[in-house]
Amino acid sequence: MSLPETMPYTGWRWDDLVFLALAGVMLGSALLVVLSRNIIRSGLFMVLSFLGLAGIYALAGSPIVAAAQVLVYIGAISVLILFAVMLTQSKAGPAALVFQRQAWIAAIASVVLLGLIGASILLTDFPAAEALPTVHETREVAFLIFDANVFAFEVVSLLLLAAVVGGIFIARRDESADEEGA
Amino acid sequence: MSQSLDAYLLLAAGLFAIGTFGFLAKRNAIAMLMSIELMLNAVNLAIVAFALFTPSLGAQGSVIALFVMAVAAAEATVGLAIVIAIYRNRRTPLVDEYASMRE
Repeated sequence: MSLPETMPYTGWRWDDLVFLALAGVMLGSALLVVLSRNIIRSGLFMVLSFLGLAGIYALAGSPIVAAAQVLVYIGAISVLILFAVMLTQSKAGPAALVFQRQAWIAAIASVVLLGLIGASILLTDFPAAEALPTVHETREVAFLIFDANVFAFEVVSLLLLAAVVGGIFIARRDESADEEGA
Repeated sequence: MSQSLDAYLLLAAGLFAIGTFGFLAKRNAIAMLMSIELMLNAVNLAIVAFALFTPSLGAQGSVIALFVMAVAAAEATVGLAIVIAIYRNRRTPLVDEYASMRE
Protein backbone atom coordinates (compact mmCIF):
# COMPACT_ATOMS: atom_id res chain seq x y z
CA MET A 1 0.00 0.00 0.00
CA SER A 2 1.20 3.46 -0.79
CA LEU A 3 -0.56 5.12 2.13
CA PRO A 4 1.67 6.05 5.06
CA GLU A 5 1.44 3.81 8.12
CA THR A 6 1.13 6.67 10.56
CA MET A 7 -0.88 9.82 10.63
CA PRO A 8 1.07 12.91 9.62
CA TYR A 9 2.31 15.19 12.46
CA THR A 10 0.93 13.19 15.38
CA GLY A 11 2.54 9.85 14.65
CA TRP A 12 -0.60 7.86 15.46
CA ARG A 13 -0.97 4.62 13.57
CA TRP A 14 -4.05 4.48 11.34
CA ASP A 15 -4.94 1.05 12.73
CA ASP A 16 -5.04 2.45 16.22
CA LEU A 17 -7.13 5.40 15.15
CA VAL A 18 -9.70 3.19 13.43
CA PHE A 19 -9.70 0.82 16.41
CA LEU A 20 -10.31 3.69 18.84
CA ALA A 21 -13.09 5.15 16.68
CA LEU A 22 -14.85 1.78 16.34
CA ALA A 23 -14.42 1.04 20.05
CA GLY A 24 -15.86 4.44 20.91
CA VAL A 25 -18.87 3.93 18.65
CA MET A 26 -19.43 0.44 20.04
CA LEU A 27 -19.14 1.30 23.74
CA GLY A 28 -21.00 4.61 23.38
CA SER A 29 -23.96 3.08 21.61
CA ALA A 30 -23.95 0.11 24.03
CA LEU A 31 -24.22 2.61 26.89
CA LEU A 32 -27.08 4.33 25.09
CA VAL A 33 -28.80 0.93 24.70
CA VAL A 34 -28.99 0.50 28.46
CA LEU A 35 -29.54 4.18 29.35
CA SER A 36 -32.08 5.12 26.68
CA ARG A 37 -35.65 5.61 27.91
CA ASN A 38 -37.28 4.67 24.61
CA ILE A 39 -36.99 0.97 23.87
CA ILE A 40 -37.16 1.42 20.08
CA ARG A 41 -34.21 3.77 20.38
CA SER A 42 -32.42 1.13 22.48
CA GLY A 43 -32.90 -1.37 19.66
CA LEU A 44 -31.55 1.03 17.04
CA PHE A 45 -28.50 1.85 19.17
CA MET A 46 -27.97 -1.90 19.56
CA VAL A 47 -27.72 -2.13 15.75
CA LEU A 48 -25.09 0.62 15.80
CA SER A 49 -23.18 -1.18 18.53
CA PHE A 50 -23.20 -4.44 16.54
CA LEU A 51 -21.98 -2.52 13.49
CA GLY A 52 -19.02 -1.13 15.44
CA LEU A 53 -18.19 -4.61 16.68
CA ALA A 54 -18.32 -5.92 13.09
CA GLY A 55 -15.78 -3.27 12.16
CA ILE A 56 -13.55 -4.39 15.00
CA TYR A 57 -13.76 -8.00 13.81
CA ALA A 58 -12.78 -6.88 10.31
CA LEU A 59 -9.88 -4.92 11.78
CA ALA A 60 -8.87 -7.95 13.85
CA GLY A 61 -8.38 -10.03 10.73
CA SER A 62 -11.57 -12.12 10.85
CA PRO A 63 -13.57 -10.88 7.83
CA ILE A 64 -15.87 -13.89 7.84
CA VAL A 65 -16.85 -13.24 11.46
CA ALA A 66 -17.47 -9.58 10.59
CA ALA A 67 -19.73 -10.61 7.71
CA ALA A 68 -21.58 -13.10 9.93
CA GLN A 69 -21.95 -10.41 12.60
CA VAL A 70 -23.67 -8.11 10.11
CA LEU A 71 -25.86 -10.89 8.69
CA VAL A 72 -26.82 -12.63 11.92
CA TYR A 73 -26.95 -9.84 14.47
CA ILE A 74 -27.98 -6.82 12.41
CA GLY A 75 -29.96 -8.74 9.81
CA ALA A 76 -31.71 -11.30 11.96
CA ILE A 77 -31.50 -10.80 15.73
CA SER A 78 -32.01 -7.02 15.74
CA VAL A 79 -34.98 -7.28 13.40
CA LEU A 80 -36.43 -10.05 15.57
CA ILE A 81 -36.00 -7.91 18.69
CA LEU A 82 -37.54 -4.85 17.03
CA PHE A 83 -40.52 -6.96 15.94
CA ALA A 84 -40.94 -8.21 19.50
CA VAL A 85 -40.79 -4.62 20.75
CA MET A 86 -43.59 -3.66 18.39
CA LEU A 87 -45.65 -6.68 19.47
CA THR A 88 -45.30 -5.93 23.18
CA GLN A 89 -45.64 -2.15 23.22
CA SER A 90 -48.63 -1.16 25.29
CA LYS A 91 -49.79 2.42 25.35
CA ALA A 92 -50.90 2.04 28.95
CA GLY A 93 -47.45 0.97 30.12
CA PRO A 94 -45.55 3.53 32.17
CA ALA A 95 -42.79 4.79 29.89
CA ALA A 96 -41.15 7.01 32.51
CA LEU A 97 -39.81 4.33 34.84
CA VAL A 98 -37.45 2.21 32.75
CA PHE A 99 -35.15 1.09 35.56
CA GLN A 100 -35.74 -1.16 38.53
CA ARG A 101 -35.55 0.36 41.97
CA GLN A 102 -32.25 -1.42 42.57
CA ALA A 103 -30.59 0.18 39.52
CA TRP A 104 -28.03 1.87 41.78
CA ILE A 105 -26.90 -1.46 43.16
CA ALA A 106 -26.77 -2.84 39.62
CA ALA A 107 -24.57 0.08 38.53
CA ILE A 108 -22.20 -0.47 41.44
CA ALA A 109 -22.10 -4.22 40.77
CA SER A 110 -21.29 -3.78 37.10
CA VAL A 111 -18.57 -1.20 37.83
CA VAL A 112 -17.05 -3.62 40.35
CA LEU A 113 -17.27 -6.41 37.75
CA LEU A 114 -15.53 -4.19 35.19
CA GLY A 115 -12.83 -3.38 37.73
CA LEU A 116 -12.29 -7.05 38.57
CA ILE A 117 -12.10 -8.18 34.94
CA GLY A 118 -9.95 -5.21 33.97
CA ALA A 119 -7.54 -5.78 36.84
CA SER A 120 -7.23 -9.48 36.03
CA ILE A 121 -6.58 -8.62 32.35
CA LEU A 122 -3.93 -6.04 33.18
CA LEU A 123 -2.24 -8.16 35.86
CA THR A 124 -2.11 -11.33 33.76
CA ASP A 125 0.95 -11.79 31.59
CA PHE A 126 -0.48 -13.38 28.45
CA PRO A 127 2.24 -15.37 26.71
CA ALA A 128 1.10 -14.56 23.19
CA ALA A 129 0.21 -10.93 23.74
CA GLU A 130 3.04 -9.67 21.56
CA ALA A 131 2.44 -11.94 18.57
CA LEU A 132 1.49 -10.21 15.37
CA PRO A 133 -2.14 -10.69 14.43
CA THR A 134 -2.81 -12.68 11.30
CA VAL A 135 -5.66 -12.51 8.82
CA HIS A 136 -7.64 -15.73 8.71
CA GLU A 137 -8.49 -16.88 5.23
CA THR A 138 -12.15 -17.61 4.62
CA ARG A 139 -11.13 -20.81 2.83
CA GLU A 140 -9.42 -22.02 6.01
CA VAL A 141 -12.54 -21.25 8.09
CA ALA A 142 -14.76 -23.06 5.60
CA PHE A 143 -12.51 -26.11 5.72
CA LEU A 144 -12.63 -26.12 9.52
CA ILE A 145 -16.43 -25.81 9.66
CA PHE A 146 -17.47 -28.18 6.89
CA ASP A 147 -14.72 -30.76 7.18
CA ALA A 148 -12.98 -30.87 10.54
CA ASN A 149 -15.94 -29.79 12.68
CA VAL A 150 -18.80 -31.01 10.54
CA PHE A 151 -20.41 -32.92 13.43
CA ALA A 152 -20.56 -29.77 15.58
CA PHE A 153 -21.96 -27.91 12.58
CA GLU A 154 -24.76 -30.46 12.20
CA VAL A 155 -25.52 -30.31 15.93
CA VAL A 156 -25.76 -26.52 15.76
CA SER A 157 -28.08 -26.66 12.76
CA LEU A 158 -30.28 -29.14 14.62
CA LEU A 159 -30.27 -26.83 17.66
CA LEU A 160 -31.33 -23.88 15.48
CA LEU A 161 -34.14 -25.92 13.94
CA ALA A 162 -35.35 -27.04 17.38
CA ALA A 163 -35.17 -23.46 18.68
CA VAL A 164 -37.16 -22.08 15.76
CA VAL A 165 -39.84 -24.77 16.00
CA GLY A 166 -39.98 -24.31 19.78
CA GLY A 167 -40.20 -20.54 19.38
CA ILE A 168 -43.14 -20.87 17.00
CA PHE A 169 -44.83 -23.30 19.37
CA ILE A 170 -44.36 -21.07 22.43
CA ALA A 171 -45.37 -17.81 20.76
CA ARG A 172 -48.29 -19.35 18.86
CA ARG A 173 -51.65 -17.73 19.42
CA ASP A 174 -53.89 -19.93 21.51
CA GLU A 175 -56.91 -20.93 19.38
CA SER A 176 -59.44 -21.17 22.22
CA ALA A 177 -58.39 -17.87 23.80
CA ASP A 178 -58.63 -16.29 20.37
CA GLU A 179 -62.24 -17.35 19.97
CA GLU A 180 -63.14 -15.93 23.37
CA GLY A 181 -61.45 -12.62 22.53
CA ALA A 182 -63.06 -12.31 19.10
CA MET B 1 -3.03 -0.36 20.36
CA SER B 2 -4.85 -2.52 17.87
CA GLN B 3 -1.82 -4.81 18.14
CA SER B 4 -2.26 -5.57 21.85
CA LEU B 5 -4.42 -8.27 23.35
CA ASP B 6 -5.14 -6.15 26.43
CA ALA B 7 -6.96 -3.49 24.39
CA TYR B 8 -9.33 -6.03 22.87
CA LEU B 9 -9.95 -7.73 26.21
CA LEU B 10 -10.60 -4.43 28.00
CA LEU B 11 -13.07 -3.51 25.28
CA ALA B 12 -14.82 -6.85 25.75
CA ALA B 13 -14.85 -6.32 29.52
CA GLY B 14 -16.44 -2.89 29.07
CA LEU B 15 -19.13 -4.26 26.80
CA PHE B 16 -19.81 -7.13 29.20
CA ALA B 17 -20.13 -4.75 32.16
CA ILE B 18 -22.57 -2.54 30.24
CA GLY B 19 -24.61 -5.62 29.38
CA THR B 20 -24.59 -6.74 33.02
CA PHE B 21 -25.85 -3.36 34.15
CA GLY B 22 -28.61 -3.39 31.56
CA PHE B 23 -29.69 -6.89 32.50
CA LEU B 24 -29.86 -6.08 36.21
CA ALA B 25 -31.37 -2.61 35.96
CA LYS B 26 -33.90 -2.64 33.12
CA ARG B 27 -37.58 -3.29 33.77
CA ASN B 28 -38.56 -4.25 30.24
CA ALA B 29 -38.01 -7.93 29.45
CA ILE B 30 -36.98 -7.15 25.86
CA ALA B 31 -34.43 -4.60 27.05
CA MET B 32 -33.03 -7.33 29.29
CA LEU B 33 -32.73 -9.62 26.24
CA MET B 34 -30.89 -6.83 24.40
CA SER B 35 -28.46 -6.63 27.31
CA ILE B 36 -27.91 -10.39 27.10
CA GLU B 37 -27.07 -9.96 23.42
CA LEU B 38 -24.51 -7.30 24.35
CA MET B 39 -22.90 -9.67 26.86
CA LEU B 40 -22.77 -12.50 24.29
CA ASN B 41 -21.12 -10.11 21.85
CA ALA B 42 -18.52 -9.20 24.46
CA VAL B 43 -17.67 -12.85 25.00
CA ASN B 44 -17.45 -13.37 21.24
CA LEU B 45 -15.06 -10.44 20.97
CA ALA B 46 -12.87 -11.97 23.68
CA ILE B 47 -12.82 -15.32 21.82
CA VAL B 48 -11.84 -13.65 18.54
CA ALA B 49 -9.17 -11.58 20.30
CA PHE B 50 -7.61 -14.62 22.00
CA ALA B 51 -7.63 -16.51 18.70
CA LEU B 52 -6.05 -13.53 16.95
CA PHE B 53 -3.06 -13.57 19.29
CA THR B 54 -2.63 -17.35 19.37
CA PRO B 55 -1.14 -18.21 15.98
CA SER B 56 -1.16 -21.96 16.64
CA LEU B 57 -4.96 -21.83 16.86
CA GLY B 58 -5.25 -20.79 13.23
CA ALA B 59 -8.80 -20.03 12.17
CA GLN B 60 -10.39 -22.12 14.96
CA GLY B 61 -11.29 -18.94 16.83
CA SER B 62 -13.44 -17.73 13.95
CA VAL B 63 -15.19 -21.11 13.89
CA ILE B 64 -15.94 -20.93 17.62
CA ALA B 65 -17.23 -17.35 17.21
CA LEU B 66 -19.53 -18.43 14.36
CA PHE B 67 -20.92 -21.27 16.49
CA VAL B 68 -21.50 -18.86 19.38
CA MET B 69 -23.43 -16.60 17.01
CA ALA B 70 -25.64 -19.49 15.90
CA VAL B 71 -26.39 -20.44 19.50
CA ALA B 72 -27.08 -16.77 20.32
CA ALA B 73 -29.59 -16.65 17.48
CA ALA B 74 -31.34 -19.73 18.91
CA GLU B 75 -31.34 -18.13 22.35
CA ALA B 76 -32.84 -14.90 21.02
CA THR B 77 -35.59 -16.83 19.22
CA VAL B 78 -36.68 -18.78 22.27
CA GLY B 79 -36.28 -15.82 24.64
CA LEU B 80 -38.41 -13.50 22.52
CA ALA B 81 -41.02 -16.23 22.05
CA ILE B 82 -41.24 -16.61 25.84
CA VAL B 83 -41.57 -12.83 26.29
CA ILE B 84 -44.36 -12.69 23.69
CA ALA B 85 -46.14 -15.65 25.31
CA ILE B 86 -45.99 -14.00 28.73
CA TYR B 87 -47.16 -10.71 27.20
CA ARG B 88 -50.24 -12.51 25.82
CA ASN B 89 -51.20 -13.55 29.35
CA ARG B 90 -50.12 -10.58 31.45
CA ARG B 91 -50.46 -7.69 28.96
CA THR B 92 -47.19 -6.11 30.11
CA PRO B 93 -43.53 -6.54 29.16
CA LEU B 94 -42.30 -5.25 32.54
CA VAL B 95 -40.64 -7.99 34.57
CA ASP B 96 -41.40 -6.55 38.01
CA GLU B 97 -45.09 -7.03 37.35
CA TYR B 98 -44.67 -10.77 36.82
CA ALA B 99 -45.23 -11.30 40.54
CA SER B 100 -47.92 -13.97 40.56
CA MET B 101 -45.50 -16.55 41.99
CA ARG B 102 -44.92 -14.28 44.98
CA GLU B 103 -48.53 -13.72 45.95
